Amino acid sequence: MIPLEVAFQPDWFEVLQAPFMRNAIIGGTVVAVAAGVIGYFVIVRGSAFAAHALAHIGFPGATGAALLGLPVTVGLLAFTIAGAFAIGALGKRSADREVATGTVLAFATALGVLFASLATSGTTSVTNVLFGNLLAIAPDQLVLFAIFTGVLLFALGAIYRPLLFASVDPDVAEAKGVPVKVLGIAFMLLLALVITMAVQVVGVLLLFALVITPAATGLIITARPAAVIAISISIAVLSVWVGLAVSALVNLPPSFFIVTVSTALWAGARIVAHNRSSPPPHRHVATEHQFDTATSN
Amino acid sequence: MVRGGHSIWSEGTFQVPHSSFVPIIGPNGSGKSTLLLVLLGLLDLHAGTVEVLGSTPTRGNARVGYVPQNYNATGGEAMRARDLVSLGITGAKWGLGRLDVGQRKRIDDALASVGAIDYAKARMSELSGGQAQRVSIAQALVGEPDLLLLDEPLANLDVRNQSEVVRLLDRLRVENDISSLIVVHDLNPVLAAMTGAIYLLDGHAHFASAEDVVSEDLLTHLYGTEIRVVRTPQGDLFARSA
Repeated sequence: MIPLEVAFQPDWFEVLQAPFMRNAIIGGTVVAVAAGVIGYFVIVRGSAFAAHALAHIGFPGATGAALLGLPVTVGLLAFTIAGAFAIGALGKRSADREVATGTVLAFATALGVLFASLATSGTTSVTNVLFGNLLAIAPDQLVLFAIFTGVLLFALGAIYRPLLFASVDPDVAEAKGVPVKVLGIAFMLLLALVITMAVQVVGVLLLFALVITPAATGLIITARPAAVIAISISIAVLSVWVGLAVSALVNLPPSFFIVTVSTALWAGARIVAHNRSSPPPHRHVATEHQFDTATSN
Repeated sequence: MVRGGHSIWSEGTFQVPHSSFVPIIGPNGSGKSTLLLVLLGLLDLHAGTVEVLGSTPTRGNARVGYVPQNYNATGGEAMRARDLVSLGITGAKWGLGRLDVGQRKRIDDALASVGAIDYAKARMSELSGGQAQRVSIAQALVGEPDLLLLDEPLANLDVRNQSEVVRLLDRLRVENDISSLIVVHDLNPVLAAMTGAIYLLDGHAHFASAEDVVSEDLLTHLYGTEIRVVRTPQGDLFARSA
């Protein structure tokens, strides 16, 4: 038998009912809700690169925890929270921030590889951290994920409007008494919580597809904030469910299928939106304005 | 006013009367935007006192509306014009909540007063510079301020949009008694509407009535290049470099 062969798994229905699959469905759903919600704010704040970097900063946390025999969640949380403070402290000058974030990202990845090489367990754990392994979620992790997601939803509910204000209009928000800097750091800490969970579902390298792509798809469809968040959650959850089902059907790890569903919906939304859009009418008005003033001078 | 260890301007003693339309003029780096930050309560004076609408400037004063220099376009794709204006009411409130009927009406009224109702549901990223500027002013107006502070609202606008924004601010003053302090580079678009001007000259802040500002000597001194003030055949004032 060729090892590459993708085979239909006849006992897929039993697999779906197995305890590890039940844990994967519950854990995946909880994480998808968290990722779907925070994704909207990541895009509004223009922090997609920070999210990507934070996941990489978590990588040495996960491999380091394996090296020390600690739970992966502990290592991930310690590193992503430290990273959140560091990126948050870099402030608003985005040119500086991109270079600094990228540099730290590279260093963290190198550190992760070092820890992995030192650890005896070898390549399985590295593959799990890089690409996720939803099927390995344990019951005690489920409790932790539920707590993290509860904290996230409560905190975002409390700071929703000031955070939005500080994200799109920082100067006015500051003048209106909104604590823009504090909110920026609080947001990065919440992002660290989500990334700690999402890395365990889709891994460091595929995290974008669960944390950012669903929200991006929502934003293509509508610009109403509440609707975007609802769509984003739905897509993230749907991606996890379909991914797990297909994974059971063909007996392959779910990460690829989760990312494929998320990416396909995003690509589909883009194509539909592109075909629908005609040039916006105000662009023509603007050109006429310029023409008018040019001739009247 | 000291900023970054440098004295930017000093010895500004003046009062801007109620119901004013006052441009803040001065060469680049003379501290025009800094003056706005002081009035917003975001920067403290190094020495001296300042009062805004009869009290010490504080962050979050609902009677003051602020329109910053450039609308930050980061989230432009994610914000409709309406949403941005609604943040003028709810943006500083914690917790979740829906807009009530009265708040929705205030948002509609603010959008209508700046002529932005047609693109209220458009994304900010789809708007032209002039349209985005109006939405930004609507956001300041929705808080029902008595004073608007605008940082270069006319920059990056074509002549037609410039005069429309100036007319809007003039109308707000005449009809609603809302004063405007507006940082400008070019005095021409505001010459007809202004009631006085704050000018930052040689490191000092001054206030003068409209007639006094439109003097060739003062403008020449202010911009460091020869300025002539001419009256067009239609009776409009026009300042140009000689």
